[in-house]
Amino acid sequence: MNPGLKVEPNLSDPDAFYELLIDSHHDLDDEQSKMLNAQLILLLANHIGDMGVLGEALGIARAQVRRA
Amino acid sequence: MDIDYQGRVFDYAPAAAQPGRHPVVVVGAGPVGLATAIDLAQNGVPVVLLDDDNKLSSGSRAICFSKRTLEIFDRLGCGERIAAKGVRWHLGRVFNGEEEVYSFDLLPESGHERPAFVNLQQYYVEGYLHERAQALPQLDLRWCSKVTGLVRHADHVALNVTTPDGQYGIEAAYVVAADGGKSAVRSLMGLESHGRTFRDRFLIADVKMTADFPAERWFWFDPPFHRGQSVLLHRQPDNIWRIDFQLGWDADPVAEKAPERVIARIQALLGKDAAFTLEWVSVYSFCCLRMDSFRHGRVIFAGDAAHGVSPFGARGANSGVQDADNLAWKLRLVLKGEAPDALLDTYASERELAADENILNSTRSTDFITPKSAVSRLFRDAVLQLAKHQPFARKLVNSGRLSTPSTYAASPLNTPDSAPFAGCMRPGAPAADAPLALDGAPAWLLRQTGNGFTGICFAGSAREAEAAACATGLLRTLVVVPQGQGGPGVFEDSEGLFAARYDAQPGSYYLLRPDQHLCARWRAFDAQAVRAALARASGSALAHAAPTMEPA
Repeated sequence: MNPGLKVEPNLSDPDAFYELLIDSHHDLDDEQSKMLNAQLILLLANHIGDMGVLGEALGIARAQVRRA
Repeated sequence: MDIDYQGRVFDYAPAAAQPGRHPVVVVGAGPVGLATAIDLAQNGVPVVLLDDDNKLSSGSRAICFSKRTLEIFDRLGCGERIAAKGVRWHLGRVFNGEEEVYSFDLLPESGHERPAFVNLQQYYVEGYLHERAQALPQLDLRWCSKVTGLVRHADHVALNVTTPDGQYGIEAAYVVAADGGKSAVRSLMGLESHGRTFRDRFLIADVKMTADFPAERWFWFDPPFHRGQSVLLHRQPDNIWRIDFQLGWDADPVAEKAPERVIARIQALLGKDAAFTLEWVSVYSFCCLRMDSFRHGRVIFAGDAAHGVSPFGARGANSGVQDADNLAWKLRLVLKGEAPDALLDTYASERELAADENILNSTRSTDFITPKSAVSRLFRDAVLQLAKHQPFARKLVNSGRLSTPSTYAASPLNTPDSAPFAGCMRPGAPAADAPLALDGAPAWLLRQTGNGFTGICFAGSAREAEAAACATGLLRTLVVVPQGQGGPGVFEDSEGLFAARYDAQPGSYYLLRPDQHLCARWRAFDAQAVRAALARASGSALAHAAPTMEPA
């Protein structure tokens, strides 16, 4: 059974992750940051692998942006 | 010494007055029209083939002919010449900037007679097909014969043909329109193809030179010698190299063809001192499109007339020849009264799905090669950067997904499996080749199937093979046995690859259509089941309807 995209909290230390995410962009210009984000998405997408989960995540993110 | 096929001019000859109706008129003597006409004529259907000029392909044009297309050419009697003259290749390399990011092998396994691809100028392919056509007395090829009128009737199509010395009418039970992307027949019928036009231009340069590049497909994203665009390099016979430069939409198609412009681009790739001559230059843009329906009553569309793709993936000429392969046997059975007219509807449904598959692959490649937005470009470059060290990203690099034949999985001509089988040789799949041995001599499976329906019985031993041969009473049946179990007239599975590729067990029986697509398989031969599957594959289960005239 496909468990679907997890939207309930799943990070063991959310603040530490957030810090890591922001720090990973330290000293990068906008172009480099965009490239980092793109590569990060590709790496994580491959790790997830499940098209259903990926489609769900993309759908939520897109709907969020369109609403904003 | 090779014939200069590109320079050949064929004399127009007035057609002998032939009263009565022709079974089939094929319009367009390119690879698709020639293949269709040859297939019909070599199997006893008289065919008239009309072409509006008197020459073969001008320029190398379609140069990549796939394994499946070569197998079809084998059945048409000219595969060996094409394979022998062509440059065999199976390896593609992709570069980003100055670095190689990865390479792919299109035929990583052995045990196939034909290579993944051969590169051969279209004029050679047409020249060899034309010579094969000339050897067939039932094939009447008429040069300088342009279709300028078409009227559909309930039981035939009336064509008006314009020639250098006037016009004449000709009637046919069926018309095959294989007259290319600008199909005159399609225009005469007021029909259109629909799809996407891509806002990009490409320059093709065929260059004659001696170079030590290997026979591989080389694709560059953003190379130092052509910044910001892509370049594709391919080897053809006669020391000719195809170089394809992406130019962008704003390029001037006329100015870009100027020799000094082209030579400068080539020198940037090869170096200032490289010695070469320009053979052919063309600037093109492309669309991915298809007709909504490939069949309009008694007029049937094939090849570029029916569908168009980008060149990345070599899916144009290959899919067109596969259209011909699908259509010819169905027309033959219908014309001989062995199948209902509705069988021709399955040409349309099977090949429309194949066209959708080709268009999908081609569109995806094009979107990767020519990103349409800043974010699309960002992800493309991200993939290329990752691909250098991350194996997963190499699978995302898309410089063209090269032509593979379609599996007609949902075809109404298939008989569903009644027992489990593993592997990809499921009903609807094009039969995979396998090395065999007959009386100790090597043989290839696909060379044994002939032009009709063929059964393949995998028997456990020569003794079982005798029993299996009973099936031959029903249809032509090849008997294949495991290695070492052979006997007279029985094929040995000399490397075990038939059993592996078809998941064959002793007793397994397979039914191939005349176009070598598998349409049924069983774990044991059962005459009644095979008879039913044969009838189904000949269209007996289809809704029976006579061809109707659509409202004008």
